[in-house]
Amino acid sequence: MQMPAPSADILARRARITRRLREVLPGDAVIDDPVETRAYECDGLTAYRCPPLAAVLPSTTEEVAAVLRVCHEERVPVVPRGAGTSLAGGALPTADSVILGVARLTQVLETDYDNRFIRVQTGRTNLSVTGAVEADGFFYAPDPSSQLACAIAGNIGMNSGGAHCLKYGVTTNNLLGVTLVQMDGTVLELGGAHMDAGGYDLLGLICGSEGQLGVVTEATLRILPKPEGARPALIGFGSNEVAGACVSDIIKAGILPVAIEFMDRPCIIATENFAKAGYPDCEALLIVEVEGSEAEIDGQLGLIRQIAARHDPVEFRESQSEDESRKIWLGRKSAFGAMGVMGDYICLDGTIPVSELPFVLRRIGELSAQFGLKVANVFHAGDGNMHPLILFDANKPGDLETCEAMGAEILKLCVEVGGCLTGEHGVGIEKRDLMNVQFAPGDLEAQMRVKDVFDPGWLLNPAKVFPLEASESRRAG
Amino acid sequence: MTADTLAVIRPETEAELAGFLRDATRPMAIRGGGTRPVGLIQPGGVLETGGLDGITLYEPGALTLVARAGTPLAEVEAALAAEGQRLPFEPMDHRALLGTTGAPTLGGMVAANASGPRRVVAGACRDSLIGVRFVDGTGSVVKNGGRVMKNVTGYDLVKLMAGSWGTLGVLTEVSFKLLPAPESAATLVWEGLDAAQAVALMSAALGLPWEVNAASHLPDGRTALRIEGFAASVDYRADELGKALARFGRSVRVARDEGAALWQAVRDVTPFAAGQGTGDIWRLSVKPSDAPALAQKAGGEALFDWGGGLVWLRLPEGTDLRARLGEFRGHATLIRASVDTRRRLPVFQPEPAPVAALSKGLRARFDPRGLLNPGLMG
Repeated sequence: MQMPAPSADILARRARITRRLREVLPGDAVIDDPVETRAYECDGLTAYRCPPLAAVLPSTTEEVAAVLRVCHEERVPVVPRGAGTSLAGGALPTADSVILGVARLTQVLETDYDNRFIRVQTGRTNLSVTGAVEADGFFYAPDPSSQLACAIAGNIGMNSGGAHCLKYGVTTNNLLGVTLVQMDGTVLELGGAHMDAGGYDLLGLICGSEGQLGVVTEATLRILPKPEGARPALIGFGSNEVAGACVSDIIKAGILPVAIEFMDRPCIIATENFAKAGYPDCEALLIVEVEGSEAEIDGQLGLIRQIAARHDPVEFRESQSEDESRKIWLGRKSAFGAMGVMGDYICLDGTIPVSELPFVLRRIGELSAQFGLKVANVFHAGDGNMHPLILFDANKPGDLETCEAMGAEILKLCVEVGGCLTGEHGVGIEKRDLMNVQFAPGDLEAQMRVKDVFDPGWLLNPAKVFPLEASESRRAG
Repeated sequence: MTADTLAVIRPETEAELAGFLRDATRPMAIRGGGTRPVGLIQPGGVLETGGLDGITLYEPGALTLVARAGTPLAEVEAALAAEGQRLPFEPMDHRALLGTTGAPTLGGMVAANASGPRRVVAGACRDSLIGVRFVDGTGSVVKNGGRVMKNVTGYDLVKLMAGSWGTLGVLTEVSFKLLPAPESAATLVWEGLDAAQAVALMSAALGLPWEVNAASHLPDGRTALRIEGFAASVDYRADELGKALARFGRSVRVARDEGAALWQAVRDVTPFAAGQGTGDIWRLSVKPSDAPALAQKAGGEALFDWGGGLVWLRLPEGTDLRARLGEFRGHATLIRASVDTRRRLPVFQPEPAPVAALSKGLRARFDPRGLLNPGLMG
């Protein structure tokens, strides 16, 4: 993975740039001490690191606008950063860039239950949005696994999903409006408490644009009334194929669970050793969660039990208590942690058509043997969003490269069967150089034209998303 | 010159369309089924998409459908119904309101981001649209999104194309995520509430956990809520709702056919159908709790959908609704009016300068020669 060489001209102006930033921000909001900028050298994709020229932590939309105006005038690249949990390197800086962190933008600005929205500053964490409304019976639906730490700004940047998006959709389906600061400091409002755009759907364009079109400082988010109750069931199967077929049958039967999670044998064993969730000894398991009143839950799980029975399950365990529900989810939620104990890993994020699940899992098994690296699969089965975890040893020379090469093969496989490179983590730098696998040059050109409109100088997070050779002429300009 | 007397181009393949647009010199009106002509377009020809038709992939087990853009919506809905599935957003049919004939196409529906009562909970057309192929104004073929329901690979041009009324490109193929059709439905109706009471009722209902998926207040004074799902669950939730909302008066659960007719009337705004009374039709998108006061200020008759978030207004011909309302948060679209009025008043809500600059920039990049539906948007 390459990043563009830092601009010598910008590095030479370091003192002037940080002085100008200090003129528009409180002193403690500009960080340029090399010891402190280290904290911003990477995000959740820790294999790649580079301290930025400086990091700034504005507290208001006006301060964000002032910072961007300075950087625009100085022609300095800006890398927006939410909570730094990106697994795709979306917040990886270059040595000549300024990190713009939203960590101090944490206010709840407005809560409106009649109209079912909350307006927040975007440095607020995902879980704390729900935290602000749950006592009144509401919640914010998108729930990425990192929801305790990740910021709404990053959720919007990457159009984050979560386990429950089968029913409730991803960030873009729950985002009503934003305050956006453009690279030249212009502040604009897109959307709001009303539905749909009057003109072009610029809000839809911003969501998932990986911080390349503007900096989102405030967001109006849809909140929903909490269901009366929810209950998971755990179903063990004799093979991946059978588990995959069961998922398809549940969906075809007209049941729409809020979540259908899938784990394969390596993942089951790892999480069982780590979290002791009491999972059955089987090749594949599903966690299926349904919502509603007690009677409605009984009804839906009854149907799911009938469908599962046709697939000869090793076990069908319907939760009997809050405690058991917690235990069923415990293994799934600690899957990444469990893998971390076993060694270093990279987590992929491709999506495939659900019908291709058995084939893709078989091919991943073959690739695992071919590359000599272990793979565990845990993913959102209802929507085909896979998260193969490839284990490697960071201390072994060449192992990371082998792991990345294998990851690339798996992602190409996802595209080959009709899916995509990334379902919810984003492209960042991780999948940047694979974009040509999914898109023809004309497809990428159309996307880059959008950036030309929003950020003509290509200063916002410029070396991400698009293969460097594709974006080179624009970044140079 | 009317569109009927203009040269009509009807490509049969995406490649043919691309070739035509590469070489085109005259601006074109883009027409699917020709059922949603809201703008005032003065083209040099008509480009029909009906030749690009057919379902290319339907996987009920994956809840996904891919079809060419000129495919009649009715054909798709029939295919889905045969598998007990449907489009989640309950697309509006504009024919009654606009007095048009013809068969709505998938591409036209997407270009208009046409959504119906279920939009308030299930999202708009753009929320179910997961992939597009289109030919832009330079004749380049562009694909974005795909056929899987979770996809954040690159920018979301899918959303940009939904509701762009054919001004950024001509759609050739569209993909949707689907929902299972419900086993049962219930419609609860309250009579005699005013708009403010009705919006209060709808807000209360949509804030309760019983999954109301449509909430409307009609010009005849009826206020209606809909619940869908498995029969036992629908019965349970209908009872709970009736009890929880008893402060708004007694509700009646109407017969299934009557309920279906009511929601179709709301979806297609048939109380304001063409030929039944005169007046211009405006579509107002606002914060639900703002709706009653804005509707009153507008005057005329109102139909409230989406819990109050969407207000259909029938106003005396030539009314400048935007001038009458002054500053408000949301947008007003002129859907039906005389040619004179449409010359005088923009169809779409004028945007603040920095937003308008972005729209204009997008239009200039995707259709630099201004070939596609000239005069509409951007």
